[in-house]
Amino acid sequence: MTPQPFILRNPSILVVLAVLAVFTVAVTLLSQAYGSGVIPTSTVKVLGKTLCLALAAIAMDLVWGYLGILSLGQMAFFALGGYLIGQWLMYARTETIVAASLAQNPIPPTPAELQEGVANQIFGVVGSADLPLVWSSAHSLPLQLLLVVAVPGLLALVFGWLAFRSRVNGVYLSILTQAMTLALALWLFQNDSGFRGNNGLSGLQNIPGLEAVDQARLSVWFLWGSALALALAYVLAAWLVSGKFGSVVGAIRDDETRVRFLGYPVEGFKLVVFTLAAMITAIAGALYYPQAGIINPAELMPIASIYLAVWVAIGGRGRLYGAIIGAVVVSLLSSWFTGGRAPAVHLPGYTINWVDWWQVALGIGFVLVTLFAPKGIAGVVDRIGPPRSPSPEHHAKEAKA
Amino acid sequence: MSALLEVDGISVSFDGFRAINNLSFSIGPAELRAVIGPNGAGKTTFMDIVTGKTRPDKGDVTWGTPPKSLLRLNEAQIAREGIGRKFQRPTVFEDQTVAENLTMALKASRNPFAVLGWRPSRASAARVAELASEVGLAAQVARKAGELSHGQKQWLEIGMLLASAPRLLLVDEPAAGMTLAEREQTTALLVRLAETRAVVVVEHDMDFVRRLNCKVTVLHQGAVLAEGSLDHVTRNPDVIDVYLGR
Amino acid sequence: MIRPLIVLLAALCLAAPATANPALEAVIADNLDQIEKPSRRSVEPLVAQIAATGPEGLALLSAWTNRALGVTEDGRLLIVDSDSATDAATGAAVPDADPRMLRPNSGVRGVIDSALVAGEISSPDPARRAAALASIARDGTADHLAALRAAAPEADPALAAQRARVTSLLAIRFDPDPAARVRAIEGMAGDVGLDFRAALNPLLATARVAAPAEPQANIARELTVGEADFPREAAIALLTSQGVLQPRLTPADQRNALAAHIVDGAVAGIPVADLSDQAARDRAYEALEAAGAVPPAATDAEADAAIKAYRFFETYAEPNSAVTDAARAAQVRAQVRLAAMTGIDLGLDALSLASIYFLAAIGLAITFGVMRVINMAHGEFIMMGAYTGYAVQTLIADRTLSLVVALPLAFAVTFGAGVALYRLVIRHLARRPLETLLATFGVSIALQQLAKNIFGTQARPLTAPAWLEGAITVNDVISISSIRVAIFVLALLFLGLFLFIMKRTRLGLEVRAVTQNPGMAASMGINPDRIAMMTFGLGSGIAGIAGVAIGLFAQVTSELGQQYIVQSFMTVVVGGVGTIWGTLAGAGLIGGLSKVIEFLNPANTLAAQTFMILFIIIFIQFRPRGIIPQRGRAAEA
Repeated sequence: MTPQPFILRNPSILVVLAVLAVFTVAVTLLSQAYGSGVIPTSTVKVLGKTLCLALAAIAMDLVWGYLGILSLGQMAFFALGGYLIGQWLMYARTETIVAASLAQNPIPPTPAELQEGVANQIFGVVGSADLPLVWSSAHSLPLQLLLVVAVPGLLALVFGWLAFRSRVNGVYLSILTQAMTLALALWLFQNDSGFRGNNGLSGLQNIPGLEAVDQARLSVWFLWGSALALALAYVLAAWLVSGKFGSVVGAIRDDETRVRFLGYPVEGFKLVVFTLAAMITAIAGALYYPQAGIINPAELMPIASIYLAVWVAIGGRGRLYGAIIGAVVVSLLSSWFTGGRAPAVHLPGYTINWVDWWQVALGIGFVLVTLFAPKGIAGVVDRIGPPRSPSPEHHAKEAKA
Repeated sequence: MSALLEVDGISVSFDGFRAINNLSFSIGPAELRAVIGPNGAGKTTFMDIVTGKTRPDKGDVTWGTPPKSLLRLNEAQIAREGIGRKFQRPTVFEDQTVAENLTMALKASRNPFAVLGWRPSRASAARVAELASEVGLAAQVARKAGELSHGQKQWLEIGMLLASAPRLLLVDEPAAGMTLAEREQTTALLVRLAETRAVVVVEHDMDFVRRLNCKVTVLHQGAVLAEGSLDHVTRNPDVIDVYLGR
Repeated sequence: MIRPLIVLLAALCLAAPATANPALEAVIADNLDQIEKPSRRSVEPLVAQIAATGPEGLALLSAWTNRALGVTEDGRLLIVDSDSATDAATGAAVPDADPRMLRPNSGVRGVIDSALVAGEISSPDPARRAAALASIARDGTADHLAALRAAAPEADPALAAQRARVTSLLAIRFDPDPAARVRAIEGMAGDVGLDFRAALNPLLATARVAAPAEPQANIARELTVGEADFPREAAIALLTSQGVLQPRLTPADQRNALAAHIVDGAVAGIPVADLSDQAARDRAYEALEAAGAVPPAATDAEADAAIKAYRFFETYAEPNSAVTDAARAAQVRAQVRLAAMTGIDLGLDALSLASIYFLAAIGLAITFGVMRVINMAHGEFIMMGAYTGYAVQTLIADRTLSLVVALPLAFAVTFGAGVALYRLVIRHLARRPLETLLATFGVSIALQQLAKNIFGTQARPLTAPAWLEGAITVNDVISISSIRVAIFVLALLFLGLFLFIMKRTRLGLEVRAVTQNPGMAASMGINPDRIAMMTFGLGSGIAGIAGVAIGLFAQVTSELGQQYIVQSFMTVVVGGVGTIWGTLAGAGLIGGLSKVIEFLNPANTLAAQTFMILFIIIFIQFRPRGIIPQRGRAAEA
């Protein structure tokens, strides 16, 4: 299959890519660093982070909307990606600082002294002065970048292999993924886990080697990076779910027993999608946390993963652009409402303060969406919009959910 | 003629209930066989064991030449060995089109990465079209399977079985819910298929079995009660007792 | 050390009414010389004489040993308190006295103290005898041992046993005869009391020594350098502390020393830029050392030579090996029994944790078993129950009464909430378990925030009635708090109630029918919708009661439910759905496992929880349908 028919068969790809490009250019032109400055740097960061969340939502949609596994462990992969890139960010930056301070000494430091100084700086807060084994490659950006995809991928592979092999599925599997996430979170919460306990990793917004670049420009760069990653992941995911592979994956979601009797190794397909989604999610996390600046184990409590599922459900699962819509709309609304900028509603006798009531509204709204619009916002878009595909075959593919 | 499938003394019980009791069965490479029996005789369990869905407590199932045991293989591996199964309730993927359903079933590598790299070719498109017309769904290729009638779904499922070119076809109550015309079509198809491969039909309907005109195995309480032509087994007093007596 | 004892005795004696004691007066008059200048060797009969005169004599003795006894110019003995003085013999107050204070030496005071204790442990008042024994048990001395042995037999059996115990403990520590000490140790071997273990510990205290050959001492064992508890660094430190080895150089000291000797950008000829290498630094330092510019420091080679030349031993402070052997044997026996008792205690803990999980999970198991849906808001129902308990407590002051009101009320509130949730949400999502999971999650976050809006974010106390406070203590090791016993009883009650409902009532029959075959049940006139609603209400109601129970020992916050929900899921999944016994087994396994893992890794409860969850994930691999799986064809669906 040549690229042209593939893209043509999925016109939504072109639309999404175009919207993404326009969005990125617009934000750049309105940013403080490269344009009029209408959009403050903090907002650029929020938008960049939102793109990363949309990326994670795409992966969630692959796993849930297409493969039918309601994984409540996606944020574990997301946070792992953040932790692994955070290791390098923190180590390399601390190393620069420690080297500068050791340079005051007339005798140049030995590598061991340098490492000891870094370890002291990073782990003093948890009362340790040794560099844990898990930090042994933290000095190297290429190694950590490799680990960003390798570790979550391996975790997904092992977990998936265990779970799929014993045919755990449905609600059981959801609970098991949730348990995995909780286990990881609790592990990271310990002070001697090697990841600074509940302090987490911080100062991640400072990129070693780019000290001369101010945050205004960095934020735009990260926005570009996030948009690029989202675009690539979107094309990859769309390609994945379009061909025969997509048919098999959808068939597994609908009736996995039957797929087995067709001779397909169902577990293998699940593993491929689950692992790939974990890797995409980890990349999203690795792009997200340098923009957020700090990561701690609270980020991967099970509730965060359920929020991801909520976004995808509200946006419309089984549709890649639905996942993006859901993540963008709900996360931006959430930060607007909980940011205290939403106007309070004055009722006779009571004032609804959105900081307090947004969660309630979100919860109820979510129940309503599940009950009355199971296909989410994308489903509503489908109903009012004209059919985009020229032939019924394509329409059928779009509508499956 | 050596057997294609040899089931040797299998037993299986669920919570103390013996669903299959020391059952032996064998079928040649190009043979049509009907398996009949009252409810609870173990027909479906028998198929579950052959296709790997259920593991027997004892006994062995061997396949092909040289014979190899199927018991160590999972469902997908057994299917890839060339054993196709048609379920009682038509199970097609309703959210996908007839063409997609057939494409999925086409004989090709089942490895996920091979599937990922699979491209539709002129040959594969032609094969899908051929299969669709063979099962009378040529006009429905682009429709979603969920929009088909019950009979059409049955045909689509048979088409999917054909697409994977099995050497043994296990068919569970194919005539259920079909119109008379569809039944006749089905009979003809099964007889034709059995010319090049083994076909086992599990059926309740005696008329349908008579039309198949083949060797019949009667199951009762998880064991073979009688075997032979339909006329032969219907004269068997045990069979009469099981079907009519009590 | 013995001050408190004496003060105590003095207080007891002084409490006696001040009456004249002629016998005492006579003794004082005869022996004033010796009282003023007592000697350790000859004072004993005199002390005995004074003690024999009665309470006034004892009061005098205690004042004497407390250095609160003075002698006046005219030869009277005065007991001096901080601001007043009384005549020791007559008990009369003496104003404006200016006595010369007597300062007996420690030998004499030892004799007096023993006499005092001997007097007390022979006192006719059992309370005073008990106080004396307790006092000796706290701060016993060798003199007390002699006194205890010399004292008249004890009549009270409980006190007799205690006295025997105290005597043995003192004998272990102070008896001059090693054989007697060994006998005492062996007599108490297997005892797990803290006092006995405390008496053994000093006997088994060891010190590490390095010596060229085996030293003349009670050697516990010889150490090998490199074994787990005696690394090379420890050997070097020991050798250094014994002066065998010069102190080793820390990297920081070395760097500072080098920095102090930079000459023309080089240290001992090695350019400074090269000193980022440890080997180069060592070379530079050695060169400086050779030139005498820096103090010598032990090198690795010297350290190795010293380690090779010496042997390392752990020696007992106690010189007698028979005693230490007996003590070690007794300690091992104590540890074994202690381990057994710790096991029992752990079992009790596990049981109570399991009953909490059982209470929290049973409602979840019912709804999951009947409807195959996971109610993510189950945790919030637990929270609602706890807040109901809190609200009732703010209205009803009497704790017992408020608890009695809160339990059924919590059931009613959460039953209603469950029925509402079922009617409004769950029935519309029938047969879509994943959607139900998510929709109930929406309910869960809404309820959580609602609770925050109503009750605030700070923890609310739910106080247990007084009769539930405190603990049931069996011995030093085994104890369990009363609340946990109550929760265990509550869990048993609910198990019984549940079994009764399921096996003996119409509702239970219908529930079982719907669980096994909803279609068939419906065709027999059972309304599956109503049954589902009732079971959902029942499950939620039990969650409410569990909430009250949990609230009694945990802080009530809006996140209360979240802390239990995952464990509850685990309990249901591990146990296997569809049977109450599965939930029980799941709760038992998870409760027991958490306690065991926590015990093995007490410093780190987070890691313990992590391991437990990992275990569960692995467990599910081998028993995907739980410990007690639902059987038959229903399970295939």
